[in-house]
Amino acid sequence: MGEPGTKEVLHLEDLEVSGGGRTGRKHVLSILAENKPGVLARIAGLFARRGFNIDSLAVGPTDDVSISRFTLTVDGATHPIDQVTKQLHKLVHVIKIRDLEPGETVARELALFKISCQDGDTRAQVMQYADIFRGKTVDVSKRSVTVEVTGTDDKIAAFEELVRPFGLIEMVRTGEVAVARGRSAT
Amino acid sequence: MRAVDAIMECLKAEGVEHVFGIPGGANLPTYDALYDAGIRHVQCRHEQGAGHAAEGYAKASGRVGVALATSGPGATNLVTAIADAMMDSVPTVFLTGQVRTDLIGTDGFQEADISGITMPIVKHSILIQDPRDIPKAIHEAFHIASSGRPGPVLVDVPQDLSRADIPYEPVSKVHLPGYQPTTEGNAKQIRLAAKAMANSRRPVIYGGGGVINANAGPEFRDLCLSDNLPVTCTLMGLGAFPADERQWLGMLGMHGTRTANYAMDEADLIVAIGARFDDRVTGKLSEFAPRAKFIHIDVDPAEISKNVPAHIPIVGDAKSILPKLTAEYRALEADPARLEGWWQRLHGWQEKYPLRYDPSEDSEIKPQFMVEAMFEATDGQAIVTSDVGQHQMWAAQYYGFTRPRQWINSGGLGTMGFGLPSAMGAKVACPDQDVVCLAGDGSLIMTVQEFATCVDEQIPVKVFLMNNGYLGMVRQWQELFWDKRYSSVKMGGSPDWVKLAEAFGAKGMLVSDKSELKDAFKSALAEDGPVLVDVRVSPEENCYPMIPAGQAARDMVG
Repeated sequence: MGEPGTKEVLHLEDLEVSGGGRTGRKHVLSILAENKPGVLARIAGLFARRGFNIDSLAVGPTDDVSISRFTLTVDGATHPIDQVTKQLHKLVHVIKIRDLEPGETVARELALFKISCQDGDTRAQVMQYADIFRGKTVDVSKRSVTVEVTGTDDKIAAFEELVRPFGLIEMVRTGEVAVARGRSAT
Repeated sequence: MRAVDAIMECLKAEGVEHVFGIPGGANLPTYDALYDAGIRHVQCRHEQGAGHAAEGYAKASGRVGVALATSGPGATNLVTAIADAMMDSVPTVFLTGQVRTDLIGTDGFQEADISGITMPIVKHSILIQDPRDIPKAIHEAFHIASSGRPGPVLVDVPQDLSRADIPYEPVSKVHLPGYQPTTEGNAKQIRLAAKAMANSRRPVIYGGGGVINANAGPEFRDLCLSDNLPVTCTLMGLGAFPADERQWLGMLGMHGTRTANYAMDEADLIVAIGARFDDRVTGKLSEFAPRAKFIHIDVDPAEISKNVPAHIPIVGDAKSILPKLTAEYRALEADPARLEGWWQRLHGWQEKYPLRYDPSEDSEIKPQFMVEAMFEATDGQAIVTSDVGQHQMWAAQYYGFTRPRQWINSGGLGTMGFGLPSAMGAKVACPDQDVVCLAGDGSLIMTVQEFATCVDEQIPVKVFLMNNGYLGMVRQWQELFWDKRYSSVKMGGSPDWVKLAEAFGAKGMLVSDKSELKDAFKSALAEDGPVLVDVRVSPEENCYPMIPAGQAARDMVG
């Protein structure tokens, strides 16, 4: 006979599916990858090939020159995030992936808005909105004003909605970058 | 030392004895180094042939297959073989020449961005930018190709860098921070899996190509035989469990046995080992194995819950996990009597729905009969490679494979023309074994140039050509699902195969009478050189049973 206690019955019906599925929310993936030629193409190509959409992507150096940081946002309603991360992990140059928890993350994006201003009143109003959003006026011309806003993507979307009626000439966004809150490394 | 000479040292350090390829402008330095490196080079006639030969070599031996090509067209000709190696997880290293670094990006002569082209179809690729990195790159390539879930790795070496002088020191260790495959398997999960198996009343063991890649055939068999557990394997897994064992249900999937497919349909527990729930296995996914819970053992975590959600996932190497699972399962001393009802049901299907065909009443050769004759002529012992189509499925159904690495075919990508070059590679790897390529007439002509290689390099493969004058599988689909509108499937203008073989300097034979078939195969096997046997089979025989595309196991026809 086997050891006592090893033979308890397990009902197959009680087994639950582990992992998988869609979470229905936005995910911010913070990826550390070796700073090798083609690594961006590999990551972007993987998303294209597997049919995953990237909502935003920001790439930059880290404190270690041999390592780059990719911050990717992906919609968890349309893609199974664990499948996305597992596929990313298969790239040899990808060292670490962290799916940042929304509550434990500081995420920021920078956006530049070029807004049409035909008169002083409009300009004053736009600059006032910029103030409220803690934005900065970075360029002014006779018929336009350019405002820099930093924040979460919600905040930037809110500012966009506010200034669009004035005539939004163009908008440039960096995509979110993020770090985990607290002492631990992202 | 010249970088190319360092490459040869690295190849030898990796234990490489054979490589397949074709020289050209950009890899001239490599071939200069190869000239007296003491590695046998098989000079192929097309780079695709070299690529598939490297795959056949790897699949037959379990060692890394190596193919060489020059830049541009040489490299692009490898693409199909690279994609094939990716889909079937074949450990392979592709070493391509690239134009000089000062020409890269200028549309130079024979320039193609092969690392860009192959990015979606490689496990990894390395474009050399500093010649001093070459030795490390070669060892990384072999390490990545052969560990974890195996696959193709491309190393692209610009011509000028390959001629550079570099300090060479043997590389003893590869360090890749982003590449650390899990091998061991979680002990708790293994215990839970054993418990689930012991409490299952209708289990099925479902083995795939991963069992063979992991060299875990014996461990797989031990697990299955530790109790009266029913076993099925995928097309890629055939040979992992001996087809002459009582517990064998036959292959599953689109052209699998009814018993294997019905067993999946009614199972309460499916133990998937090194298998990936491909659409050719599951049929309609939403109706696949609706009553089952799934244990999924795979070395690639991304396969788990990709297609079918797993209840007990175990990531790791089958070779290390299966003995632990067997031990845990044995310790539970599950009552074999609990499986009696299940076996009654399985035996009922086996009796009612055996693999069968209508034998011809005259001298006509039925394709299934041809596979049976092949089995008898080779005592069931040959390494069999195949192309892709009906003949491949009949081989899978009727040649009872009894050991791993005996069956070599293109499963995932389904590459017609795979058979002859892969047989060539298998024969180079295993010169003491009979290597037979069961070819289709539509497929064989796609890579037939490799007969020249077989003759020139004295690689005595035997090609048994199942000649039905059609692209048979496409014709079958047109017959069944497209109102018999036979669009571009007749192989008109096919060559006189006997004369073609002779033109290459090989022996050609023609058989159209079933009474002569077995002896013809035997005499072909007895020949010293390569032989092509053109076997005229029933032109419009269909391959049954089958699950029509997009339907469920229950909907099998034929």
